[in-house]
Amino acid sequence: MPSIDLSKTSVRELNAALHKLKADTNETLWTVTNPNGEHSIAAGVDAPVTINVQGSVGYFCGGMNKHANIVIDGSAGQGVGENMMSGRIHVKGDASQSAGATGRGGLLIVDGNASARCGISMKGIDIVVKGGIGHLSAFMGQNGRLVVFGEAGEALGDSIYEARLYVRGPVAGLGADCIEKPLRDTHKAELMELLTEAGEAHKIDIAEFRRYGSARKLYNFNIDNAGAY
Amino acid sequence: MCGIAGLFIKDPKLEPELGALLAKMTSTLCSRGPDSAGFAIYSRGKGDLSKLTIAGPSTSFDIAGVAEKLATFIGNGAKSAVRYSHAVVSLRPEDVAKAEEWLTANHPDVTVMSEGTSLEIYKEVGYPDDVAKAFGIAGMAGSHGISHTRMATESAVTTNGAHPFSTGADQCLVHNGSLSNHASLRRELKREGIRIKTENDSEVAAGYLTKQMQAGQTLGEALKSSLDDLDGFFTFVVGTEQGFGVLRDPIACKPAVMAETDRYVAFASEYKSLTCLPGIEKAKVWEPKPATVYFWEHN
Repeated sequence: MPSIDLSKTSVRELNAALHKLKADTNETLWTVTNPNGEHSIAAGVDAPVTINVQGSVGYFCGGMNKHANIVIDGSAGQGVGENMMSGRIHVKGDASQSAGATGRGGLLIVDGNASARCGISMKGIDIVVKGGIGHLSAFMGQNGRLVVFGEAGEALGDSIYEARLYVRGPVAGLGADCIEKPLRDTHKAELMELLTEAGEAHKIDIAEFRRYGSARKLYNFNIDNAGAY
Repeated sequence: MCGIAGLFIKDPKLEPELGALLAKMTSTLCSRGPDSAGFAIYSRGKGDLSKLTIAGPSTSFDIAGVAEKLATFIGNGAKSAVRYSHAVVSLRPEDVAKAEEWLTANHPDVTVMSEGTSLEIYKEVGYPDDVAKAFGIAGMAGSHGISHTRMATESAVTTNGAHPFSTGADQCLVHNGSLSNHASLRRELKREGIRIKTENDSEVAAGYLTKQMQAGQTLGEALKSSLDDLDGFFTFVVGTEQGFGVLRDPIACKPAVMAETDRYVAFASEYKSLTCLPGIEKAKVWEPKPATVYFWEHN
């Protein structure tokens, strides 16, 4: 059970140690103390280990994560879990802007609020935010699911592709080509699956969520324009 | 890049530590802006005297000599004190205009960094740690202060291109971002008689706020107007005699994080910069919303 104190060890050394881990490592439980808002903590991990970070982190914590389960007992700066591929990141406090940006897989859970541009250009990641999210969230979201228990800021889902958005609270405004869509049984089942994964099943009423997604008018080629080429 | 820090003290017992805390907060932001650094420290002067903070064209310039001559010329109990490359001349508020005229006539190469009953601005080229040390910022007490570390984009790395910029008596501005319409706005402001000394875009923002306030707007109103008139991206922190204000552009391009306890309100570009503050573990930490003007002021 390695324990790394970042007041004594550099982030570079911590990450180098984490990068050496193989898929069959026996060192599966790591503790990081005194993170002190440092950037890039536990970025680029590619092993099925659990990393408990005891405190608040700076930018890009858990970026590019593959397989690891990262728990942040505090708040996270910009780009937590950016471009994550798989695994799980749990922020117990708030997340700053661009949480889960460009993520391709895995699950990001934020117990508090996430800021602007949450899930920007998401490409397959699932994000569950128990508070609210800021403006321009899921901008150009291509794939994956974003679940928000609270409210969403301006221009939600602007220029969205096929990411699916579920928001329980009020939405300040929808971005270009983002529309509300009916919450059918398949979507309720999908929500239940996500809430179960996030450990929140049966705690809130799924019927309270509203679904948003692409009107598919912006990114689809319109045959009426064929003559322009 | 660029980094901003601000600290507004609520608990008077913390006032002696203002400079030390602000210097630490700014030191952490070095990686965001190693080109120059500046500090605006608000501390009540003696009696009703005004403070004129002045600096010469280089660190080797005899600013002490100029400040002494100025104090002698003004008389009426005017006094001068030197801090590294800057000097503070304390004088009666009614003598400020006379002092500025004397400086323009006799030492046009001397810049008035700030003027007011509380504000002193110290800024210089170099790493924030070195700048803070040269000016002895850590030893300064005060009720609030703001600071800046610059990564130069729009103009040369010079002392006068460093932040904060004075926007009027006891007012100053620091900026993180970049303005794209500063050239045309500078021409307009100059035509309307606003003094702008450098090619720096942030100085134009400061001049813009000055102009709006001369036209009768409050600082809060002037900041709101800037959302319409300034093109580009910005996080502004403005210092006033009573406290400080924060404004982010509507997209909130630039980072900003705030922390509040019953002892202080703090602003920084990165959370890391706040970790040196007492009781930060239990502080309320949040991000200011875009296109929203916030103010924290002493009553």
